[in-house]
This record gives sequence, C-alpha cells and structure tokens, in this order.
Amino acid sequence: MELDFSPVWRGWPDLLHGASVTVEITVASLVLSIIVGLCVGMARLDPGKRILYGTASAYVLFFRGTPLLVQLFLLFFGLPQFDILLPAFVCGVIGLGLYSGSYVSEVVRGAIQSIDRGQMEAARSMGMSYAHAMRYIILPQAVLRMVPPLGNEFIALIKNSALVSLLTISDLMHEGQKIISVSYRSLEVYIAVALIYLVLTTLAGQTLRLIEKRLRVGGMVQ
Amino acid sequence: MTTSDIRPILEIRDLGKDFGDFNVLRDISLDVMPSQVVVVIGPSGSGKSTLLRCCNCLEVPQRGSIRICDKDLVVDGKMLPDRELNALRMQVGMVFQGFNLFPHLSVLENVSIGPRKLRGMSAKASDELALSLLDKVGLKERASAYPAQLSGGQKQRVAIARALAMEPRVMLFDEPTSALDPELVGEVLQVMKALAAEGMTMIVVTHEMGFAREVADEVLVMDGTIIEHGKPEDVFSNPKQERTRTFLKCILSH
Ligand SMILES: Nc1ncnc2c1ncn2[C@@H]1O[C@H](COP(=O)(O)OP(=O)(O)O)[C@@H](O)[C@H]1O
Ligand SMILES: [Mg+2]
Repeated sequence: MELDFSPVWRGWPDLLHGASVTVEITVASLVLSIIVGLCVGMARLDPGKRILYGTASAYVLFFRGTPLLVQLFLLFFGLPQFDILLPAFVCGVIGLGLYSGSYVSEVVRGAIQSIDRGQMEAARSMGMSYAHAMRYIILPQAVLRMVPPLGNEFIALIKNSALVSLLTISDLMHEGQKIISVSYRSLEVYIAVALIYLVLTTLAGQTLRLIEKRLRVGGMVQ
Repeated sequence: MTTSDIRPILEIRDLGKDFGDFNVLRDISLDVMPSQVVVVIGPSGSGKSTLLRCCNCLEVPQRGSIRICDKDLVVDGKMLPDRELNALRMQVGMVFQGFNLFPHLSVLENVSIGPRKLRGMSAKASDELALSLLDKVGLKERASAYPAQLSGGQKQRVAIARALAMEPRVMLFDEPTSALDPELVGEVLQVMKALAAEGMTMIVVTHEMGFAREVADEVLVMDGTIIEHGKPEDVFSNPKQERTRTFLKCILSH
C-alpha cells in the first residue's frame, strides 16, 4: 500500500481555514459554557432554594446524560419545526456551550465548595452581603482552583467540536471530509486532520499552563 | 459598670438554640454594657462558639432574643432582613480561632476591603485607615505581605485590625489564641488588652486565666447555659458550682 499525501498539500489552505473555524467555534462555546457553568454552578450551591436548585439540576442531568450529537441534532433539526432557524454556526456554539456548561457547572460548584467556609463567615460577619462575599472573597479564590479542570474542559471541547461538521459547518473535520470526497485518500487526510487537532490541543494545554502560572504569582501561594 | 441611664450594647434574653434534636444553648440571658469585657469559659462543646455566633447571626437561635445597640437582631427565630442585618453586623466585630484571613488579598487589602466596599470610603482613605490599624497591632511594615507569609500571631493581629476597620461597637473573640504556638499567644493578648484599655466592649471566649483575671469585668462559666457568673476573682477563687470547680481544676492542671 502506498501513501499519497498530495491531496493534503493541495487542500492545505482549506484545512487551515477549517482549523480556524474550529478554534472560533471552540472559543465561542467555551465563553458560553463558562457563563452558563458559573450561573448553574452557583445555582446548585444551596438545595434549600428549591426552584433554582431543581431547574439547574435538571439542566445538568439532561446535558450530561444525553449524547452531544443528539443535542446538536435537536437544535439543528428540531428548532426549525418551531420556525426557529438559527445559522449552523450558532447552533454549534449553543449546542457545544450548553453541553460543556453542564460539566463546567460541576467544576464551578466543586471549586466554590472547596473554599473553607470560614471565608464566607468572615466576610458575612464584617457585614458583606452574600453577593459581595461571593464576588470579592469566594470567587477570586475559587477561580484559581477552576483553571486546571477548565483547561481539560477546553481540550475536550476542541475534540468534541468535530461533531459540528455534521451540521454543515466548515470546521477542520468538515474540510477534511470534503477533500476525501474528491480524492478518496481517507487515511492520509484523517492523519493530517488528527495531527492538526493534536497541535490545537497541545497549544491549548500549554496556554493554560501559562495562565495557571501567571495566576499563582503575586503571593497567592495556596 | 451598671449605671441606670446607660443602655447595654448587647442584650440577650432567654436564648435557646438547637442543632436538630441536640439542645446546645438554653435560657441564656446576658447584658453587656459599653466598655465591659466579658470572658466566657467552659468545657469543649459547651456552646461558647455557638453563643458568639448567635450574636451576629452566623447561627440563628430558635428561641429568645438578641438586641444589639438597641436594635433587635433576632427575636424568636426571626432575623432582621438582610440589608439591616448586614448593617448591624458591621457594628459587631468577630475574631475567629482559625483567623479566616482572605488568602488572595494582601495584609493591607484584608484590612481595607471592609471600609472600602462596605463603608463607602475612598481607596486612599481606606488604605490610610488600614495602615493606622496595622500600626496599632504592630504590623504596619507587613502591609504588603500575604497571609501565607505571616506567623499565626501576626495573622490573628491582622484579623483583629480587619475587624476594627469596620469601627464596631462590640468585638467578639472566639478562642483567639487557641490555635497559636505558646510563644505567640502573648503578642495577641497584648493587642486585646490595649483594646480593652481603650474602652472597647468585648466578649472573649478564652482559657487564658491570666488575661481573664487582668482584663475581665465579668466571667461567665458555660455548660449549655450560664452556670455561674461573677467577677473573675470570685469565680476563680471561690466557685459556687461543683461543675465550675471541676472545670477550673481541669484547665489549671494543663
Ligand atoms: N453546625 C453544627 N451542627 C451540628 N452541631 C453543631 C454545629 N455546631 C456546633 N455543634 C455542636 O454544638 C455543641 C457546641 O458547640 P460549640 O458552640 O462549638 O462549643 P464550644 O465552642 O464551647 O466548644 C457541640 O457539641 C457541637 O458538636
Ligand atoms: Mg468553640
């Protein structure tokens, strides 16, 4: 058997474009997933607030308990039946963001709950409101502990984003498949696609290690 | 201390607190007058911490009432609404056994964050206030350090400065020296003595008998309720209750 990478070289600009779409969709989804994760994670701190806690828990149950592909198809093929037509890219971002947000919410909740309760008590005993104490005392400490698991989530998101190629989005995976459909060189193209994903995830991992290091300087050794 | 036209800063009436089925506090009544120093002693688990934590509603007592500065903090399990509760908590400083400093903030920020965020002071004014308080507890030169870089005694002095920054009317100390190495206890007690001499109203849970003898106007012995109270010399030399005698023997033998 002979390997022929010439279709990869010919299609290189398309693959790079696909890679940039993959990065865009991943970053946009991450932003959404962090916003959703923060809200849902904080909503699940106090089971006593029944409605908030219940709604947030139902969200986590659904998005962690069903396949991402099904969620994406529900958005992409299901919403048009209610006359809601979203661009494919938007569907991809919402789908990935909500899916990943359910995991991020657990990261957020875990990090907040890992902060010694004496911190909240000290803040409240000074007269701070719950919201102030969260914002100035608890979250700044919790965020440090969120960074490593969020890094893993970001990397998972890069890989999971390949599924949005099924929503006609021209991401890296989609561009690869287009090249295969005209060249029939599946092995070579998928090797190239895999390597580009590997570069993206490695870069992401290293960037996160850098951020983590930055956050730790300034005396915040803990 | 008790002059008829001076109102108590803290009035506790028939206080009762349960954790589930477990009755921690019962029938506690207590008046604390301005500038009075009350030392609370009692065996471990006798509800000393819980009593202090009730005084700023970190725990909510189910029965009885607590008035602070002539405001009802809690009456029969009903707390003040949040906004007023926060305002009243500013009047009540609390110092914890485990310090509970904010590790992500510098020493200066630990002290200045309260006045800046809660008392509406400018950055400059709150920094100046924080520096003067750090000076008072002997830590002005450590202003830019982080809590992790301090000894236990220094941490507790910062915690005292942090509480003072809210300009409280009364200070609650929950075993402020129990987590410290013996050689660091003195520096914290020194700060507390100075505070008492300035006329700060204080409730102090401690087993430092020397401090109690020297500074306390009144000593309370707790065991779920106040089993004995009086001047330190009376309680220590001449305890009326058998339980007090046993307890004192126990801590003095250490
Ligand atoms: N949050 C809580 N939930 C259940 N029990 C508690 C709680 N806090 C304290 N207790 C119990 O209440 C009793 C009194 O505790 P505490 O006030 O801390 O005593 P002290 O400070 O005198 O050692 C102890 O038996 C303790 O186990
Ligand atoms: Mg205690």
